[in-house]
Amino acid sequence: MAYSQTTRGMYEEILSGLKDAGLFKQERFIHSAQAADIEVEFPTGASLKKVINICANNYLGLSSHPEVVKAAHTGLDSHGYGMSSVRFICGTQDIHKKLEKMVTEFLGTEDTILFPSCMDANAGVFEAVLTKDDVMISDRLVHASIIDGIRLCSAMHDTFKHSDMAHLEEKLQLHNDKRLKMVITDGVFSMDGDTAKLDQMVELCEKYDALLFVDDSHSSGFIGKTGRGTHEHCGVMGKIDIITTTFGKGLGGASGGCVSGRKELVEMCRQKARPYLFSNTIAPPVVAGVIKVLEILSASTDRRDKLEKNTEFWRKGLIDAGLIIKDGDTPIVPVMLFNAKLSQDVSRDLYAEGIYAIGFFFPVVPQGQARIRTQISAGHEIHHLEKALDAFKKVGRKYNILGKTKQEIIEMYGM
Amino acid sequence: MEDMKEIVKEYVIKEYIEDDTEVTYDTPLISGGIVDSFSMVSLKRFLENKYKISIPDDKATPEAFDSVNKICQLVNEYLK
Repeated sequence: MAYSQTTRGMYEEILSGLKDAGLFKQERFIHSAQAADIEVEFPTGASLKKVINICANNYLGLSSHPEVVKAAHTGLDSHGYGMSSVRFICGTQDIHKKLEKMVTEFLGTEDTILFPSCMDANAGVFEAVLTKDDVMISDRLVHASIIDGIRLCSAMHDTFKHSDMAHLEEKLQLHNDKRLKMVITDGVFSMDGDTAKLDQMVELCEKYDALLFVDDSHSSGFIGKTGRGTHEHCGVMGKIDIITTTFGKGLGGASGGCVSGRKELVEMCRQKARPYLFSNTIAPPVVAGVIKVLEILSASTDRRDKLEKNTEFWRKGLIDAGLIIKDGDTPIVPVMLFNAKLSQDVSRDLYAEGIYAIGFFFPVVPQGQARIRTQISAGHEIHHLEKALDAFKKVGRKYNILGKTKQEIIEMYGM
Repeated sequence: MEDMKEIVKEYVIKEYIEDDTEVTYDTPLISGGIVDSFSMVSLKRFLENKYKISIPDDKATPEAFDSVNKICQLVNEYLK
């Protein structure tokens, strides 16, 4: 037997090491559809508990929207369950092309190509458009999927300090001898909830003749006046060379992603991007669901407007309660606790109060920056947010962190 | 040699340190998590420009770049 007891023991030891280090991840089972109110089984085997979810990427509350669910049903009936083929053999339907056209119009780009996920889009795009003669210059806090894509690409890679435009300019000067330079950033950063300075980045890219890549997964559908994304928010629609985004967050929450941007770059992905070439694309019912999502968002800004109001209410409520949050105006609102154990304790106590929010700590965030990451949704009503604020206040009082400075919290609990 | 160590140390601090972390000539830079292997490229290009040398990619390993002392050792090999 190839899988010997020795091999099993080796893996058992690794997994046990993860548990000892507090890095072992455990799923919590949700027995309801994704929404503001969910039913959770945790720990495994426990009876179901009704809680308010404030940690989903369900920014627009569309994950279980009746019109989206209905559209997915209709798509299932009309176009079937799956394609049993990659796109370029016999896996492209009319609705895949329709969705690509709609995304192009929604984002204000030249062309779009769908991927099974944004993880796949990011994994495939750099290798498809760059070579060893080029350089990729990325923000130091970009998402893990971008880092994986960069690793798969033969171009040189360098980084700049998070959102530091002077440092980015130094790097553009340092690598000015390269055939192509590509600046790479998230639109909204998923852990801190801050927004990239795309207006300044566009200026720098024009000055140094560099391409600009933005992953707008935590922005598409709700950032900007009409929800087109960070490029709308920063006034640079049409000036981003590549936008990647997901349909697994604000845009319905199911799955799938895309590369959208300059038509030649999109065509390069169609010819060369391996996750596109060697994997089935998005399943027909999901495509039909995303088409409905884009129709809803193109017809009205009501949902992103409600999300904006909810976010303002939530941020103000946390600050008034005396908690420390990261600056910003996005629905990603990290409540800073600094100490890893404290973040786990607060998360557990919030859950006991009926609030589902997760603690993040090193290595997911830098050492000493443990936090509860809260994410607001247009699916939340004010009563949800009021209950969550009450829970934060109650738990905050228990740990004596309300009104305390970062230094005072660190003195009580350590880094 | 001491000058080179100071120059490299200053560059590392300016380029990679964003808090009050202390860096000595022996501080493990990559294995210590101060410099990630992605960011090594700017350090390599800085050394090549500054000392007018060319460090082959297969010599620019995380081990060879793991401290100011080791970096200076590597640079000296190509200065000759």
